[in-house]
Order: sequence, then structure tokens, then C-alpha cells
Amino acid sequence: MVAVDAHSTTKVVVVATINGEPVQFLAEPRQTLLECLRDVLSMTGTKEGCSDGNCGACNVVMDGRLVNSCLVLGVEANGQSITTIEGIAPVGGLHPLQTAFLEQAALQCGICTPGFIVSASELLKHNPHPSEDEVRFWLSGNLCRCTGYDKIVRAVMHASDIMRVGH
Amino acid sequence: MDNVEYVRPGSVSEAVALLAEKPGKARALAGGTDLLVQLKSGRRQIDRVVDVKGIPDLTEIRVNADGSVLIGAAVPCFKVYSHPAIIAGYPGVIDSVSIVGGIAIQGRASLGGNLCNGAPSGDTIPSMAAAGAVALIAGPSGNREVPVAEFCTGPGQTVLHPDELLVAIRLPAPRAHSAGHYLRFIPRNEMDIAVAGAGAWVALDSHGVVTEARVFLTSVAPTPIGVPDAVKAVVGTRGEDSALDAAAAAARAAAKPITDMRGTIAQRVHLSGVMTKRALAGAIARARGEHVPGAHEAHRVRTNGAAH
Repeated sequence: MVAVDAHSTTKVVVVATINGEPVQFLAEPRQTLLECLRDVLSMTGTKEGCSDGNCGACNVVMDGRLVNSCLVLGVEANGQSITTIEGIAPVGGLHPLQTAFLEQAALQCGICTPGFIVSASELLKHNPHPSEDEVRFWLSGNLCRCTGYDKIVRAVMHASDIMRVGH
Repeated sequence: MDNVEYVRPGSVSEAVALLAEKPGKARALAGGTDLLVQLKSGRRQIDRVVDVKGIPDLTEIRVNADGSVLIGAAVPCFKVYSHPAIIAGYPGVIDSVSIVGGIAIQGRASLGGNLCNGAPSGDTIPSMAAAGAVALIAGPSGNREVPVAEFCTGPGQTVLHPDELLVAIRLPAPRAHSAGHYLRFIPRNEMDIAVAGAGAWVALDSHGVVTEARVFLTSVAPTPIGVPDAVKAVVGTRGEDSALDAAAAAARAAAKPITDMRGTIAQRVHLSGVMTKRALAGAIARARGEHVPGAHEAHRVRTNGAAH
């Protein structure tokens, strides 16, 4: 089902849907989805942190599930639908999570922020009104070395409230 | 990462042939949460990645007519802990699968991958072994079955031959008045590797007496290990403190840990006893029909307590 030459180590064509748009790109089998997004597609919103699945900076949504894009091969994205940080905000505006992060000062250096926003938006999709504990549990795979997490957790709770009111 | 060939077979026989063509130089890819880390760091060098997620046998959960459950080797954790039959019948497996990595890891990582990776600290291995799970393996000369309890042979080493594929894990049909429990000790609340962990399973008779039990430890030996003396200590009892203390002593005696960055020998020996006692107590309580929260739930309760 995958348009990949069965015996090729050279570049292969990957056809995917990224942020709702059909995308076709060439990937070496050794390249991760993170590398393909950043280096092949120039979508640099997704950040590289640890590159081994611990920090969540590169989190994207693939096939409806939050994944570490550093631990997915680009060729595995073939036929998949992917949402990155670039696909979170509505045209001409911000997602309530992005507004809440700004208003609550939930970032300092900002390198972890795209991963937190993508992860938190998935949380609110699955659980629109999470408790603080549920927010902390869901975000345990996202590391931030600046904020101490409290402001991030507050921002996510705030965004949940805003979305509940029907913003 | 060195360049590799990527193939995505659609059947078990095709996958086995692709593995057999390059013995030791091809590796099955499920969630990639161990394999890709190993390839990127150079710890593992292969020529061919065999993505097994296009094979229905490896990606489905099936409940058999006899009540046993087949979990495809590449089924990600979140599908395991969302499945009603597994939630109802195998609470110890749910405990372990719910605390593998964080949410993003659980979107990809699989029971089969955890088993084939063969880490001494694998969380799901003792819970599966305690549940009586069997690994279904396909190879060029046919299929074979190996109990999960005997699957790992050393750190990163398993019974799997280079040309064999782990197809699925079979959990035996749940029995009345039986249950499992898995827990581990980590310094954080989530996203950590066990300093020590224990998985237990018990079956009770109508008087609440333990008739059968299984106890396995993780992170305290080169592989997850069974503790038959802990089983002897609780069978024939109602799980009184004296019996659980004897089981804990057996676990401390069985543990053969090393000192590393996660913990010392002394701490791990001590924890083997503590975790065994708690895992058995939890399994017995569940087998009686009581609600015992898994570690992922217990942490939330603890955080709640601290917050108010």
C-alpha cells in the first residue's frame, strides 16, 4: 500500500496530508519525520530537542495520535494525516491555547512551546475540561527548562475555560 | 542515522522472508521508540527496517471464542489501555501499559516492542508474564509459542532468532476471582524507567484463599525474573501480612540487581520486597472485587492530596 520501492535506500516519494493540505516530498529512509518537516519541507515550527523521545519539543499529531516526530521515520508518514504547530492557529488568529500562553507568560525561551501547544491541543480535544492533575499527567512527556511548568499548566487550564465559555 | 532500506510488507510470511534475507541486519519496526533511538545513536547497525504496521495480525486486538485475547505485537499502548476486554480482564497489564513513557510514546510504543527490546527494566514484561501471556512467533520453518516469562535471555537478548517475527501476545482467558497488579518505583511521577518493579497475579477460591499466583520483578536482574518462592509464600493463604512479608523476603532474595545511575543494589533489593508486597496485596484486593488504582491513577490521587 506504500509507494516505496521495496529495495531502495535512495530517496522515496512520500505523499501525506499536512495541516489539511496534500503534500508530496522526497525522503531518505533514514530521515525522521522531524528532519523531513524541518529540512525537507522547511516547516521549522516543530523543534528538535533531545531527539530521543524524552522532551516532546517535536510533538506532532499523526493519524489522530500525539507522537514524537523524532521517533517516526519520514517514510512512515506516507498516506498519513499530520498536524504540526503550523496547523494549530486559525487563519488570521491564534488558538485559545496560544493566547493563553501569551497572557499567562507560559514561555520564556520558547523552544519547548510548539511541542506544549500541540500536546495541549490534543489533550483538550480528548478531554475538553481536564483537571490540573490530568493536565500535568498528559504533559509529562513535554520538558521545559525555563518556566517551572506552573504557568504552562495554568495557561492550559485557562484555555480550557475560555473554550468552555465558547470564546 | 546511517542510511537504511525501508520495507513495509503486508503479510507475516513476507515480513519473515525480508528478515531472513538479511540475518541480523534487518529489524522489525513497530513504534520505533526503542529502535530509532538505537539506530540514531549507532548502538544498533542494520541495513533494513521492516515496518510491520501494514500487517493485520500485528496491528489488531482480537478476543477469541475461548475468552483469550490476542494483542498484535505492534499495537500501540493507547489501543491496549483503551480496549474494553483488556481493561476488564487484565488490570495488571493495564497498569504497566499506562505508564510506559508519556502520551506521545504511548501513541507508538507496543507490548511487542517492549518485549523484543528485552530491556532488564521493561515495565510490560513482568505484567504480561504474571498474566500468563504467551508470545506467538513466526519463522521461516513455521510458528512457535514461547511463554513471555521465558522470552528474555539477557539485557537486549531474547529467544527470537534473527529470521523470526513476534506476531502477537496471547493472554489466557480471564478467570473468576483472579486479577493482576503491576507497580514500579521511580523518583518522578511519570516518564521514567523503573528503579525496581513488580507484577503479580493471583487466583482465589470461594473462601478468598490464594490457589494460584505468579510474581515477576523488573529492573533487578539481567532480565525480568520470576519469584517462585514468593508464589509459595502466598498460595494457601488469604494474603495476610505474614504471608506478604514472606513473599517480600523471597523477592529480596531473588533480586540480583546492579548499581547504576537509577539506583543502588541495596535500594533495589529493598524495593523488590516493597513492590512485591504491594503488587500481591493489590492483586488480591482486585481479585476480591475491590478497586485498586493503577500507578497512573494513584499518582493523580497523590497530587490531589498535596494540592488541597
